[in-house]
Amino acid sequence: MFDFLSSGRYDLLGAFWVTVQLTFYSAIGSLIWGTLLAGMRVSPVPLLRAFGTAYVNLVRNTPLTIIIVASSLGLYQTLGIALGAGENFDDIGFRLAILGMVVYTGTFVCEALRSGINTVPVGQAEAARAMGLGFTQVLTLIILPQAFRSVVAPLANVLIALTKNTTVAAAIGVAEASLLMKEMLENETQALFAVFGVVAFGFIVLTLPTGLLLGWVAKRVAVKR
Amino acid sequence: MTSVLYDAPGPSAKRRNIIYTVVFLIIFVLAAWWALDTMASKNQLDAEKWSPFVTDSKVWTTFLLPGLGETLKAAALALVIALPLGAALGIGRLSDHAWIRVPVGVVVEFFRSIPVLIMMVFASALFSQFTNMDSEIRPLWSVVTGLVLYNASVIAEIVRAGIQSLPTGQTDAAKAIGMRKGQMMVFVLLPQAVTAMLPALVSQLVVIVKDTALGGALLGFNELLSQVRTITANYGANTIAALTVVALLFIAVNFALTSFAGWLEKRLRRAKKSSGAEVDRNVIEAGGGIV
Repeated sequence: MFDFLSSGRYDLLGAFWVTVQLTFYSAIGSLIWGTLLAGMRVSPVPLLRAFGTAYVNLVRNTPLTIIIVASSLGLYQTLGIALGAGENFDDIGFRLAILGMVVYTGTFVCEALRSGINTVPVGQAEAARAMGLGFTQVLTLIILPQAFRSVVAPLANVLIALTKNTTVAAAIGVAEASLLMKEMLENETQALFAVFGVVAFGFIVLTLPTGLLLGWVAKRVAVKR
Repeated sequence: MTSVLYDAPGPSAKRRNIIYTVVFLIIFVLAAWWALDTMASKNQLDAEKWSPFVTDSKVWTTFLLPGLGETLKAAALALVIALPLGAALGIGRLSDHAWIRVPVGVVVEFFRSIPVLIMMVFASALFSQFTNMDSEIRPLWSVVTGLVLYNASVIAEIVRAGIQSLPTGQTDAAKAIGMRKGQMMVFVLLPQAVTAMLPALVSQLVVIVKDTALGGALLGFNELLSQVRTITANYGANTIAALTVVALLFIAVNFALTSFAGWLEKRLRRAKKSSGAEVDRNVIEAGGGIV
């Protein structure tokens, strides 16, 4: 039943390694872009706030599949933007997929961070200002430490969703786990359930520990109010 | 407006804000100019690439609207099947009997932690091998199956969180007047839980609508996104224009749903018919339901 694993025709570990790499780079990119967006959305400058709000509302409501397909069909094939990957199609697809994922996931990171800042009671900042702390001190000593501790759980959810969302990269031919599964299902029709089981197990191995670990961290660091 | 982060701006803060505004505008205009320039150099801004969407009603009647119809059909089917299934799973997870609670929990956690695309691809292979389903409707049902498996388990979590968000006094009072467990669930807990979880359910619809696009890109399902291919084939390589219009249609549908969820939330809170309980989105999204 599990012959397809030992036949050597399918590089299952390699495909999951691509999934992990996609997740890793997209997570870092999304964290940076999401933090910038969150900064804009809570800034005192009305124009920055408006841009942040418009961006988040537009991108959140667009399917990730469209964004990824657009980065391949629109950016690369129409406009010829290859993100410095030269002629190597694997590299181009990989980088475009990460770009699409960052554009999309950044909005969820932004919303998580913003809700974290909103959970800090206004009284905390008012008390700090009354004590004579300046803006930077209020931000770094009072607000951010409380905000960060309350966003561990939401950010963990974003990370898990991102891990699962990397499968969408299959739409532009990135050789990650779901594309390999599609190929295996076409060739190994007698081992349908085994193929599904193995790939599903792979994703559970990736997502479950992340959730458990970060859930535990979130509980430990949460501010009890 | 009081914000946690800043006070009402004084004179020097106002000056600083103007500087930030100008700097941002310059960067934004430069980026937009670069984008438009790149598009223009590849002839993507030519009028005939964009005008069909305004002047030629056939683009809408033959491609866009049928595509949108398929998208909405798949989303509606998925919701209608997933809702009762999810409710049953959610209540099952709260059962007092371990032999119901544990297997249901395993099923829910399993389908929540694997990508929805994996389920769609599996369903497609399953249908083509074990059923003689017509190959024209197979993509639709593969997409619906994947969506149902995934969203039923998410809805199960919403239902569970909705019931658990109720004050414990509700359960105690129901027990005190001698209700049995079934009666308590049907007459006391569920009606209140529904109001607590309605906004979360409507938001989940957005996820379902967005996920249908996966079927278009990978399973040959004729939904909205897949129309980009046929439009560019018929109207002269207007990829960017077609993608933009399709994206805007998705955004319009989903924005309407999001606004409805927000309105519903406000209204339910104002109506005071609810117990004031609210479903914690974190509980639902744990395991991550974002695609």
